[in-house]
Amino acid sequence: MVRCFLIHTVCPVSALSAGESRVLYSRVFGPDESVLTEQQRELSPEERRLLHKEKISVVAQVRSAIFLSREASSQLLVETVLGEEAVAMQDADSGVVHLRVGDPFTAEMSALWLGVQSLGFTLVCEPHENLLLAEGTLRNLTRHCLENLHMLGQGSEQVLLKSNRIDVLLSRLLSHGQLLFLNHRFTQILEKEASAYTAK
Amino acid sequence: MYSHGSESLIKQAREIQEPELQKFYSRLVKLLQVKELSHETLDSLQRLQLILSANKYTRTLPAELQQRLVSLLSSPAEQLQVLSSAVLRETLPLSGEELNYIQENTSQLNTHATALLLSRAGSRADLSKLCAQLISALESRPSEGSPPSLMFTLPVLNTLFTLSPECLTKDHVTLLSKKLVDWLRYASIVQGGGASSGGFFMGPRSRQPLPIAELDGSVSGDFFTVLCVGQGFTEDQWMNVYSFSMLRHWLLSYDTVSSSSTVVDTANRLQLSLSLSHSLSNDDRSEVEGSVVSMVSATSSSSRLLPPKERLREKAFQYCQRLIEQCDRKAQKKADTELQKACLVEAVCILDCVCVQDPSMVFRAFPCVKALFGRLSSDLSFARVLVPITQFYLNHGELAAVDCGSVWKLVFGQFPAELFNDPFLTHELLRFLRLNLESVKLRAPEFIRFFPNILKFLAWNSPAVVEDFVDLLPSLVTAGTAVELLHSLLDLPCLSATLVLQLRSSCLPLSDPGGRGLLSLDAFRNPSFRGFFLFLLRTESGLGDTMDRLNTLHELLAEAADWPRVVQCSQAVPVLLHVYFNTVITVADEKLLAHLILVMLERSGLLLSMATYSREVHRVFSCHLLRFCKLRPSLVVDQSRELLEFAGTTANVYRKEEVYTHVVWLLGEYLSASTDSRCSVSLITSCFEALEAVLFEITSSAPPPGTVCPAPRVITSLMSALAKLASRSHDLIPRVSLFLSKLRTISRSGSVPWCDDEEDLVAIVTRGEELWALLKAPSVAQSVLTPPPYVMTPRWHRDINLAMPLQLRVLTKLTHSQ
Repeated sequence: MVRCFLIHTVCPVSALSAGESRVLYSRVFGPDESVLTEQQRELSPEERRLLHKEKISVVAQVRSAIFLSREASSQLLVETVLGEEAVAMQDADSGVVHLRVGDPFTAEMSALWLGVQSLGFTLVCEPHENLLLAEGTLRNLTRHCLENLHMLGQGSEQVLLKSNRIDVLLSRLLSHGQLLFLNHRFTQILEKEASAYTAK
Repeated sequence: MYSHGSESLIKQAREIQEPELQKFYSRLVKLLQVKELSHETLDSLQRLQLILSANKYTRTLPAELQQRLVSLLSSPAEQLQVLSSAVLRETLPLSGEELNYIQENTSQLNTHATALLLSRAGSRADLSKLCAQLISALESRPSEGSPPSLMFTLPVLNTLFTLSPECLTKDHVTLLSKKLVDWLRYASIVQGGGASSGGFFMGPRSRQPLPIAELDGSVSGDFFTVLCVGQGFTEDQWMNVYSFSMLRHWLLSYDTVSSSSTVVDTANRLQLSLSLSHSLSNDDRSEVEGSVVSMVSATSSSSRLLPPKERLREKAFQYCQRLIEQCDRKAQKKADTELQKACLVEAVCILDCVCVQDPSMVFRAFPCVKALFGRLSSDLSFARVLVPITQFYLNHGELAAVDCGSVWKLVFGQFPAELFNDPFLTHELLRFLRLNLESVKLRAPEFIRFFPNILKFLAWNSPAVVEDFVDLLPSLVTAGTAVELLHSLLDLPCLSATLVLQLRSSCLPLSDPGGRGLLSLDAFRNPSFRGFFLFLLRTESGLGDTMDRLNTLHELLAEAADWPRVVQCSQAVPVLLHVYFNTVITVADEKLLAHLILVMLERSGLLLSMATYSREVHRVFSCHLLRFCKLRPSLVVDQSRELLEFAGTTANVYRKEEVYTHVVWLLGEYLSASTDSRCSVSLITSCFEALEAVLFEITSSAPPPGTVCPAPRVITSLMSALAKLASRSHDLIPRVSLFLSKLRTISRSGSVPWCDDEEDLVAIVTRGEELWALLKAPSVAQSVLTPPPYVMTPRWHRDINLAMPLQLRVLTKLTHSQ
C-alpha cells in the first residue's frame, strides 16, 4: 500500500532556510503509527508533530535526491507555461529513494519521486509493491494535478485552495492507498467521475 | 511554478488571530445551517482546512462546529463529505462517542468517512470494530442493484491487515478468501453499463448484452480480468479489479493474519510431502513428476473440495496464467501496454508466492515462467519484468531442476551494462540482490565474477545507491577478486566518466559541427585508445587486475574531473574503500595483504587528478596500512624493499604526505629483530641511510616550486624513525645526534626556508632535543623507543609491580566500609 502522497517544493523558498521545503499537499493513508505501537497514547499535538517530522524527513531526502540527480545530469530547467503540461511531464525527471528502517518510518520504504520544475511529487510505498504500477500511478496523478489545478506558470496557490480536488482524485485512483490495476477504460470512467466533481 | 501567492496564503493562514478565527467559526456554523450548498460554504470549509493544516499545533474546533462537521460526513453531496473529512482529519482525534456516532449513524459508510475513521482511530480495538463492520457489509450485500459505493472496502481492508493484522479473525479470513475467489474467477463476462448489441431499430427485449473484449479489440473468450475492456462495467467486474490489486498482499499475509492452519491443510500437505520424499529417495526424476502431477491434477479437478485458502491459491494461479497469455496481445493504447508490463510483474510475483506456499505448483508454473523468459529476454524494454522472473528462478529453479545460467548471465552480465541509467531498474535489481544475498551466493555464486558490471550502477548514480553498496560490497570481496576489486574501486571516477562518454557518444553525431568538441569524447572515439575504455567497461572480472599506462588514461579524462556525476562518484569511493578494507582483512592471508600493500603504494600516485579525491584516498590508505601491519608486523620486513623505495623518494614527501608519514612510522616501528628475526643489521642500516638522505634534503632547502612546506609531522616522524632505528643499532647514534644538534643550531639563527610557521619550527626543534637527550643513554633509548612486547600489553593484576597497590587499595576500602 501507499503510505503517503506529497506535493512539495524543490526550489529555494525565500521564507525558509536553504534546504528546507514547503509541503503544499500531504495525504497520509491509514492510521497513525503511534496507534499501532503499544505505546501509551500521548497528547495528540505530539502525534501531529511526529507525523509532521516524518513528512519533513521524507521531503528532505527526496529534495536532496532530486537536486543531486539534476546536478549530475546537468539539466537546465526550462519553465513551461499553462497548456504545455505534456512537455513538462516529458521533461520531468524521476527516481526512487530507498528510505531505510527508522528513517523516518519504522519499516523500510521506497519513495518514488517525480520532479516537475520547481515542484516535487512523491509517493511513499512499501518496498515490495509493484513499482512499475506505482510509477504509472504517480505519473497519472501528477498529470491530473498539473492539468486540473493549472499548476504551470504562477499557479501553485490552487494546490492550497483546491486541495479537495486532489482528495477526490486520490479517492478514485489511489483509494485508501491501494495501487490499482486500471486499464484505459476503468481509468476513463474514474477520471470522468473526478472531473464531474471538479465541474460542480 | 512556486509563487509568492502561495507563500502569502500560508502566512495568512498561520498568522490568523484568535478573535478573527472565532468570528470565522461562527460564520461557518451559520452557513452550514442553510440547507442549500453554496460556493461560499465550500470555500469557507476549504479555507478552514488550510488554516488547520498550515499550523503545526492542532486546534480544537468549537463543539457546535465539530458536531456539524461530523454530521456532514453522511451528506449526499460529495463535496461536503470530502471537505468535512479533510477538516476533521486535521483536528484533535475524535472522542469515542463521536467515532461511534459516525460508524453507526452513517447508514452506508462512504469512502471519505471511512478515511477519517481510519486515520483518527484511537486504538486497535477501534480498527477491529471497523474491520468487522466492513466485512459484515461485504457479506450481507445483495448482488444486484446496489450503488457501487462499497468498492473502497477492499482497499480499507488491505490497509487494516497491512498495518494491524490482528484485526481479522479466522472467520473473516475464510470469508474474504471465498469472496475473492468469486470476484476473481466468476465475475460476469458481459459488459455492464447498458451497452448492448443490436441497432436502433431493435427492441429492448432483443438487445443482447455485449461480451467483454481484450485489449487488442478481439472478443474475450475466457473469464474477466483486469486486462479486459468494455463500454461499462458491472459491480463484480469492478470488484475483480480491486481484488486483483490486493491479491498478492493478501496471499502473503493471510497466514500471519490467522494463526494456525486447519487440520485439513496439514493432512494435504503431509500427503504431498510424503509422496515427494518417497519418490526422491528412489532417485528417479520421472517418478517425482509422476506422483506430484497426479496429486496436482487430482486437486485441480476437485478444487471445490479444497479449503478456502487452497482454493484461492488455485484460482490465483489460473488468473495469473490467463494474464500472462493476455499480455502477449498487442494493446491498442499506450497506457495499456504499460499496464501489461505491470501485470506481468504482478503475475510472476503471485506465481512465486503461491509456489513458495505450495511447492507442488512449481511444476505447473515453471513452463509458463520459462516461456515468458524466452519471450522477453531479448527485449530490454521488459527488463523490469525480468527481475521477478529472476526471483522465481532463484526460489524454485533448484526444485524444478532447471539450469538458470542464462538467467544470471542476462541479469548480471547484460542489464548493468546497458541499463545502468534506469533508476528504477537499478533500485529493483539492487534490492533483489540485497534481500536474496545468501541465496544468490549459494545458487548463483558466479555473480561475484560480474562485479565490474555491478559497479556500473554505483559509478552512474552514487548518491542513490552508495548505502546499498555498503551492504553488498562485502560479498564481492574474496581472495580471488580482492586485487582487481581494489583497482576497480580506485578507478570508479574514471568508469563514471566513461559511462557519461558512452551515452554522449551514442547521442551526438560523429563530427560535432559546433566545434566545441570534448577532448575526452574524441579520445573515447579514437581507436588507439579503445583498449582503455573497453577494459573499464568490461562486464566480467578475470581479464586482469588493471591496465598499463593508467596515467595516460587519467590525462585523457582530465577534463572529466569537474563533471558533477564524476565528482559525486568520487565522494562515494572513500566510504566504500573503508568497507572493502574492513572485509578484506578477514579473508586475506599474509601473501595477499603484502600484495595489497604494494597496490596501495603504487596507486597512491596513480589516481584521477581531482580536487580532494587523492587526499581522501590517501587518508584511507594510511589508516589501513597501519591496520595491516599492526595485525602482521612481519609484513614490514617482508616488503621492506618496496617500502624503502617509497620512503627514499623525496618527491613522495610533497605529493603523498599522509601515506609517506605513515610508511615512515611503520618502518621505524616494525623494522626490528624483535618483530621479525629476519631483520638484519644491514637492513636497518640501509633503511636508516635512505631516511637520513631524505631528511637532509628536505631540511636543507626550500620546497620545490609549486609545493608547500612539508608539515611538521613529516619531519618529526622522520626524526623519530631515525632515532628508533639508531637505538637498535648503536653505531648509528652518533649520526643522528649530529644531525639533531645541527638542527638546533640552524633554527637559532632565525627562520628556515623549509618551515613557514615559527611555532611549528619550535615544535620540531623541541622534539629533536628530546630525542637527542634520549639517545645520550643508548640502553634507555632502546627500551623507550623499542619497548619489549610485555611492556606494551597490559597485564593488570598479573604484573607484580602493579598488583600490590591495587590489592592494598581494595583491602583499605573493605576495611573502611565496616
